[in-house]
Amino acid sequence: MSQISINDLAEIQQRSQQAQALRHGQAGVGTQRMHLLVCGGTGCQAAGSIAVIDALRAEIAKQGLEEEVAVVETGCNGFCALGPVMVTYPEGIFYVNLEETDVAELVESHCMGGEPVERLLYKDPGTKKRIPHMRDIPFFALQRLIALKNRSMLDAESIDEYIGQGGYQGMAKALKQMSPEDIVAEVKKSGLRGRGGAGFPTGMKWEFCQKATGDTKFVLCNADEGDPGAFMDRSILEADPHAVVEGMVIAAKAIGSHFGYVYCRAEYPLAVHRLQLAIDQAKEYGLLGDDILGTGFSFDLQIYQGAGAFVCGEETALMRSIEGKRGMPRPRPPFPAQAGLWNKPTILNNVETWANIPQIISNGGDWYASIGTERSKGTKVFALTGHVNNIGLVEVPMGTPLRTIIYDIGEGIPKKHRKFKAVQLGGPSGGCIPEEHLDTICDYEAIVKAGAIMGSGGMIVMDDSTCMVDMARFFMDFVQDESCGKCTPCREGTRRMLQILERITEGKGEPEDIDTLEELAEMIQEASLCGLGQTGPNPVLSTLRYFRDEYMAHVVDKKCPARSCVALLEFKVDVDKCKKCGLCFKNCPVDAIAWKKKEPAVIDLDKCIKCKTCIENCKYDAIY
Amino acid sequence: MSLAYDLTQVSMPEDVTSEMLTRIDEICAAHRGKPGALIPVLQKCQEVVGYLPVPVQERIADKLGVPGHEVYGVTTFYSFFSMEPRGRHVIRVCMGTACYVRGGKEVLERLERHLNTPVDTTTEDRRFTLEQVRCLGACGVAPVVVADLDTHRKVMADKIVELVENYE
Ligand SMILES: Cc1cc2nc3c(=O)[nH]c(=O)nc-3n(C[C@H](O)[C@H](O)[C@H](O)COP(=O)(O)O)c2cc1C
Ligand code: SF4
Ligand code: SF4
Ligand code: SF4
Ligand code: FES
Ligand code: FES
Repeated sequence: MSQISINDLAEIQQRSQQAQALRHGQAGVGTQRMHLLVCGGTGCQAAGSIAVIDALRAEIAKQGLEEEVAVVETGCNGFCALGPVMVTYPEGIFYVNLEETDVAELVESHCMGGEPVERLLYKDPGTKKRIPHMRDIPFFALQRLIALKNRSMLDAESIDEYIGQGGYQGMAKALKQMSPEDIVAEVKKSGLRGRGGAGFPTGMKWEFCQKATGDTKFVLCNADEGDPGAFMDRSILEADPHAVVEGMVIAAKAIGSHFGYVYCRAEYPLAVHRLQLAIDQAKEYGLLGDDILGTGFSFDLQIYQGAGAFVCGEETALMRSIEGKRGMPRPRPPFPAQAGLWNKPTILNNVETWANIPQIISNGGDWYASIGTERSKGTKVFALTGHVNNIGLVEVPMGTPLRTIIYDIGEGIPKKHRKFKAVQLGGPSGGCIPEEHLDTICDYEAIVKAGAIMGSGGMIVMDDSTCMVDMARFFMDFVQDESCGKCTPCREGTRRMLQILERITEGKGEPEDIDTLEELAEMIQEASLCGLGQTGPNPVLSTLRYFRDEYMAHVVDKKCPARSCVALLEFKVDVDKCKKCGLCFKNCPVDAIAWKKKEPAVIDLDKCIKCKTCIENCKYDAIY
Repeated sequence: MSLAYDLTQVSMPEDVTSEMLTRIDEICAAHRGKPGALIPVLQKCQEVVGYLPVPVQERIADKLGVPGHEVYGVTTFYSFFSMEPRGRHVIRVCMGTACYVRGGKEVLERLERHLNTPVDTTTEDRRFTLEQVRCLGACGVAPVVVADLDTHRKVMADKIVELVENYE
């Protein structure tokens, strides 16, 4: 089909909506009575979901059920740790950890017999009970989806399915009924703030660019996703790429731009593939290109793949990188809204920011602003990872307490003998929040007050086996490695901070090191050119704020209380603490441990390779 | 032009075949004169040759009509580009935060020991290149190791040795 009109769009929507009605618990069209939505996101693909999908299709054909049962490959469902996952409709039953060998039983029992396969259902880590329906699983029940609205609902490679879920209606409305000023006003009203880290009000950014003079302007999407430990941008691009495309067209109309780029990390091949398909399909329908929907408005879009430099996530560096140069930041002003890519007025927004736009235009800014807190509106997606039972992507309304996310949605710390220690937010620019501040709510300002930043949404839970000095060292290593070297405070200062932190974790720290760290941190924050340097010391400062004792233990007592820093461990067994369970003995990769029933373990230090496996396994902290 | 650049002037390495050079010329011809083309060209050429030695960079500079130092500057700035030949298999261990707290570091240390090669180097027999990366966006299944194009999830230190041995 070529160049569709508004009427065609409505027609496709209606047809596709009916075809998908089963997924909303309604009777569908034709003879289909069941949809099996299997996750084909990166996490599940790594777990073998493509083989499961192929086997399902083959088995369904074998049983002659092709007309009745459809198998759909979706993007990330969010609960990656349990992949491959599958949701069946109309029931909404959630299957986990699927394997090819489960397929015959699944088809026979679930699809033909109407009996869910009990052993493949989700098991609650707390109650150990199986929970069949997705809506009853705490991980899903407490979420509110806007940016992730279509996850596990549609075939990410089908534009018709996206349209069937109301897709491209926001764009149609913006192009047909709204002036550029109306669009900006609606986005301002929504209170949406940038989800890439800084939290700058999106509507305001667009307004600056709208008012900038120039006949050539650019709309850019930041899909560089630099925070190590965040993967929502990747998931959105893999599960719902059209939402980003639609958002960008709406902005293009608002500022008067006719060309845009999506700057995507090279490490994300599947995201690039799905986004490229989406762009191609949109072009085929005339939803991108010249005279979109017959409105006379034109906008085209291209993917630009990054080449592995964290600093290119910074806006001015990203633009230089698209220009084909070394991606070094430059001072602002001039701001990109006035002089950005090739010195033309440019707006840049994050993937998650873009994914909110179509619904803000469709449902209105007031609708969006009705969710959240005074100054933080709507929802935020977090990548909940680390030492937590339920690992995955969660989207919650702003205002949700961190405790709810970690304990109700995440269902707490997995190892019984471990305790919660801190949660890290904001990656290399952020900080750690300890137990006593877990009632902090998701709100840009509240999180800053607690010593971290909202950031792009990485949320890493750490139990008491994590050393906070080592975490600070880890992030400093990252910042130092990724510093582009343009300005001395960042280049040299982070190197010195890293050296000091390395010394401390190796047991060679001195008391004055802590003051030096604080002095360097302040200097780097104040004198660096871009956000990387300005925020790079934050992980150190926040751990110093809450875990100073742990630094002192390393420096003064030469001990690592978390038993994590290898140089400070003796690899000896405390016979008073040893409960003689033998777990260490069974797991040592080099047989360095001697143990007999009813006797404490003994480590042979000549054989030991200091891999810490025994320390991780010992439930009684008997190895020091 | 930087000193380092001058000193590394050498002839075309033997493993760069004339077919590869023809491909490079074609890629450059298709992008010549287009703004912002350098990085995509380098990506494509690295796919062809496997790495970007200085003589290849020279060739690209010449064919694209951009100064050699600019090509060198861009190649060295981005970690995706390699100036050294790589192993038959590239093993990339994720050292992003989510993987790090779940044992990524131990995985990397075990591999360094097993392959007897430090991170960011290639084994003598050119079988493996060992690299660390900062998050592959699969944090939900940490720790993650990517071997060539295969993503392996929840790879604990104990399993890694067995896993890489599957790659001849
Ligand atoms: C060092 C550095 C790295 C950044 N990396 C990213 C990134 O990977 N993704 C992103 O969306 N924003 C990143 N940002 C923020 C961008 O500069 C910019 O503020 C953002 O993309 C704007 O979009 P938003 O307003 O929708 O958040 C980074 C900033 C700095 C200083
Ligand atoms: S602060 Fe660091 S990353 Fe930013 S421009 Fe300066 S050296 Fe480069
Ligand atoms: S540290 Fe590793 S090698 Fe040493 S005793 Fe423990 S398990 Fe064995
Ligand atoms: S695991 Fe701990 S308690 Fe069990 S034998 Fe080893 S040292 Fe003793
Ligand atoms: S990749 Fe399947 S749930 Fe995330
Ligand atoms: S931290 Fe390893 S995949 Fe994200």
